[in-house]
Amino acid sequence: MIEKTKISSDKLIGMYTTMVRIRQFEDRVYLLFLGGEMPGTIHLYQGQEAVAAGVCANLRREDLITSTHRPHGHAIAKGISLRSMMAELFAKKTGCCEAKGGSMHMGDMDVGMLPAIAIVGGGIPVATGLALALKMMRSDRVVVSFFGDGAVNTGAFHEAINMGAIWNLPIVYVCENNLYAASTHISKVMKIKDIKERASSYGIAAKVADGNDIFSVYEAAKEAITRAREGKGPTLLECKTYRRGGHSRSDACRYRFKEEEKVWLAKDPILKARKKLVQIGVLTEESARKIEEKVKKEIEGAIEYARKSPSPEPEDALVNVFAEDRK
Amino acid sequence: MRKLTYAEAIREAIAEEMRQNKKVFCIGEDIGIEKGFGGAFGVTQGLSEEFGHQRILDTPIAEAGIAGVAIGAAIMGMRPIADVQYGDFIFIAMDQLINNAAKLRYLSKGKIKIPLVMRIPVGVSGRGTQHAQSLESLFAHIPGLKVVCPSTPYDAKGLLKSAIRDDNPVMFFEHKLLYGAKGRKEALDVSMDVPKEEYLIPLGEADIKREGKDITVVGLLKTVHTALAAAKILKKEGIELEVIDPRTLVPLDEETILKSVKKTGRLIVIQEDNLFSGWGAEIVSLITEKAFDYLDAPPKRIGPPATPVPFAPVMEKYYLPDKKNLIKEIKKIIG
Repeated sequence: MIEKTKISSDKLIGMYTTMVRIRQFEDRVYLLFLGGEMPGTIHLYQGQEAVAAGVCANLRREDLITSTHRPHGHAIAKGISLRSMMAELFAKKTGCCEAKGGSMHMGDMDVGMLPAIAIVGGGIPVATGLALALKMMRSDRVVVSFFGDGAVNTGAFHEAINMGAIWNLPIVYVCENNLYAASTHISKVMKIKDIKERASSYGIAAKVADGNDIFSVYEAAKEAITRAREGKGPTLLECKTYRRGGHSRSDACRYRFKEEEKVWLAKDPILKARKKLVQIGVLTEESARKIEEKVKKEIEGAIEYARKSPSPEPEDALVNVFAEDRK
Repeated sequence: MRKLTYAEAIREAIAEEMRQNKKVFCIGEDIGIEKGFGGAFGVTQGLSEEFGHQRILDTPIAEAGIAGVAIGAAIMGMRPIADVQYGDFIFIAMDQLINNAAKLRYLSKGKIKIPLVMRIPVGVSGRGTQHAQSLESLFAHIPGLKVVCPSTPYDAKGLLKSAIRDDNPVMFFEHKLLYGAKGRKEALDVSMDVPKEEYLIPLGEADIKREGKDITVVGLLKTVHTALAAAKILKKEGIELEVIDPRTLVPLDEETILKSVKKTGRLIVIQEDNLFSGWGAEIVSLITEKAFDYLDAPPKRIGPPATPVPFAPVMEKYYLPDKKNLIKEIKKIIG
């Protein structure tokens, strides 16, 4: 079925490109990690691209986001340069955290993304505080806090979202429900079907979006972000999605049900978007291919930049602990 | 000049800074409720009348939320003063303080500043295990946090004003028995002249609370007063204590302590948090590493055993170091 959409072609192509960029970045990073070229660990975002792309397409550069241990998608969608992200993964001085963070702490205040907070649930209170300050400063900027289904069982989630509610803050709480907290299926740790239901206990708006459908995410996020910007308070936006790979680098997903995997992997958000965009005439097979080729070049360029970038000096470790620290 | 209690001095510091800078605000439990408590120890009493409920912001009982929200607001350039009633409740907020307040600047290429003051009432005061702990050593161990521990109203005011203006997260410890509460027999009256005129005490400057030639005694918060009481008694026996109050553990004024021990040749530390892995060990290490040749006797620490704080007054008294213990140990050192 071909549905009409009110979203502009530019916006749609922009979101599609973002999704392709995230997918290709993650696929390439996975191989680089396996090849032993990058230190540390990774938590990849393949499969959830529509969430980051659809939400961030509604944000301004000066709006703020917080993220999690799985931050690459959010970072790309909020506009951190691929070069500085890749350099961070290569532990180079030119990285977006000057190689202090690595994969789990991607961020860049210049584009409105805090260094990602890798403690499950830990970013939600901080995001709420950003929103409190924006309200105190009478700003029309908004905050989006991204977190996973695992985070909604933490005390930090409850404490923070309740504060967001009572103070009517300009924030959207975006839960990416990918059904698993590491290897634990959501049904083992939650009795409710939709995480969205939690919102009613805080007295805030809520919505479920199909996290594998860019149109669904975009429209739901638009409504929630507009509400926040107009001073009408927070929304809990649940995006139902699925990670295509494991929790982290070494995870083969043996705990997942094959049938469930089959169903979800068939719902690839990028193929789905591509098909629909071709159907409605926003993309052609050729223009889609061109986007893929352009992104491929960007990523190869980022890798080259990262490889050529200098390593930090060992003593750089001492800088920026306190505001007074200078090298 | 007029005399202020420790609580009044802290309140005055908050009010002065709030008048001068619109970015400063208080956030915490029971701090601004009309006819309410004014915080667990009355410190913020009256402030919501002057500054309103937007700037004296009452919260749910949610310490992780309070700390996290204060961190977020600080990142945006606000200057929150956060309050969690008893210091013992701050364990709920540890993830926020240690993983976020202490690290986000480090991860941000220095683009993030977190000008947060966390007010943390500590110390034994007859309330048993979970309303009594001393946490200053624990926080001093975390890189990225400053640790301030005033012992007098004058210091409390000058240090708090500096803490509010500091661009780093500052853990500001206040001893419950110093506040100046009326009608608690174990409370100390430390009220003193505090200037009306503005003054600041920089973080990282120790204060010599009493000069003396025979032994250096380092105390913090309430134990500074224990040391001063012992000094009064020992003076009659011709023993002159030099009492040093570091005032801030992070940053630590090593020079003042080193200079004192080089002069006296002897060191004793008296602390209220238990000894093992405590701040007193840090002072002793400093002296043995940098002034060993000046020592006439081994450095000594006195402080509580490694147990929870007991409730029974007899056990509590046994648990805490007092001026009698201090005098006994000093006499052993001096011989």
